Amino acid sequence: MTSVAFPAKSRPAAIPVRQVLPWAIFGGLLLMLAIYFVGAEEGATSLIRGMYVHEFVHDGRHLLGFPCH
Amino acid sequence: MVGNLLLRGMLAGVLAGLICFCFLKAFGEPSVDRAIAFEAQMDDAKAKASMPGMDMPAAAPDEELVSRPVQAGLGLFTGVVVYSAAFGGLFALVFALAYGRMGALEARSVSALLAGMGFIAVYVLPSLKYPANPPSVGEPETIGMRTALYFAMIALSLASMIGASMLHRRLLARLGAWDAAVVAGAAYLVVVTVVALLLPSVNEVPAQFPAVVLWQFRIASLGAQLLMWTTIGLVFGRLAQQHLMAGTPRLGAAIRA
Ligand SMILES: [Zn+2]
Repeated sequence: MTSVAFPAKSRPAAIPVRQVLPWAIFGGLLLMLAIYFVGAEEGATSLIRGMYVHEFVHDGRHLLGFPCH
Repeated sequence: MVGNLLLRGMLAGVLAGLICFCFLKAFGEPSVDRAIAFEAQMDDAKAKASMPGMDMPAAAPDEELVSRPVQAGLGLFTGVVVYSAAFGGLFALVFALAYGRMGALEARSVSALLAGMGFIAVYVLPSLKYPANPPSVGEPETIGMRTALYFAMIALSLASMIGASMLHRRLLARLGAWDAAVVAGAAYLVVVTVVALLLPSVNEVPAQFPAVVLWQFRIASLGAQLLMWTTIGLVFGRLAQQHLMAGTPRLGAAIRA
């Protein structure tokens, strides 16, 4: 009866890895740096002098599950 | 396209962060305050024991760099929102790689599934081995080792999850989607259990620390993470679906298929 059959669902098109990679590397690095500042800066290691970052995000660090004091 | 998804991921993350902040303010801060009170009590007792007869305010409260209200307010807000926004962004990047490579799943489903997997791999399993601890639990001298172990546990758990996903793809043709997922899930659990058994344990909870405070603190931490991953998974899924659908008119997609 029917000559043309449309599939109920078309497979979603993947984004080429080449297109994702630059974002994943640069964006991923910056985002992980942000997580590092909330989670570990001025605790285990220190990029900035002093304890201000550590003290400022202290409650979040504990409650988000990072080791602290 | 990827940049736009990244932005949408961070937006979902900010929203999740706002929700988490409200949750932690209500259910997390009380146990943090109680833990700090316990810490002060212990310091007091220690000072009294070392200097009998002298009635001085023990351990003169060390110079506070950031006051408690700021730590529990703006500090908590900043920490949680930055953390959540960053995870939203990373989540979007993983989504960009997974979308279209997970069978015929649409964007919302891919997002929800990835969020569930991320929650388990990044928070639940690592925190079963190294649970969240309130202030006054933990020796300052071991912070380096504890941080390294915690991050190692997250990395290994995440790597195992990625390995399990690859196993799932491999088994797909032979077992079908459901059974392949069961086998891959079991493989993930076995590998992570072995990893957790091999890594050294850390228990620095003081003997007199109130068990109820510890429980409330950890359950608040778990609740916040559950809220964050759920919000990112559902909100980003919707935002991504909008974006990806806007690019492909329905007619065009039907003709190409
Ligand atoms: Zn602390």
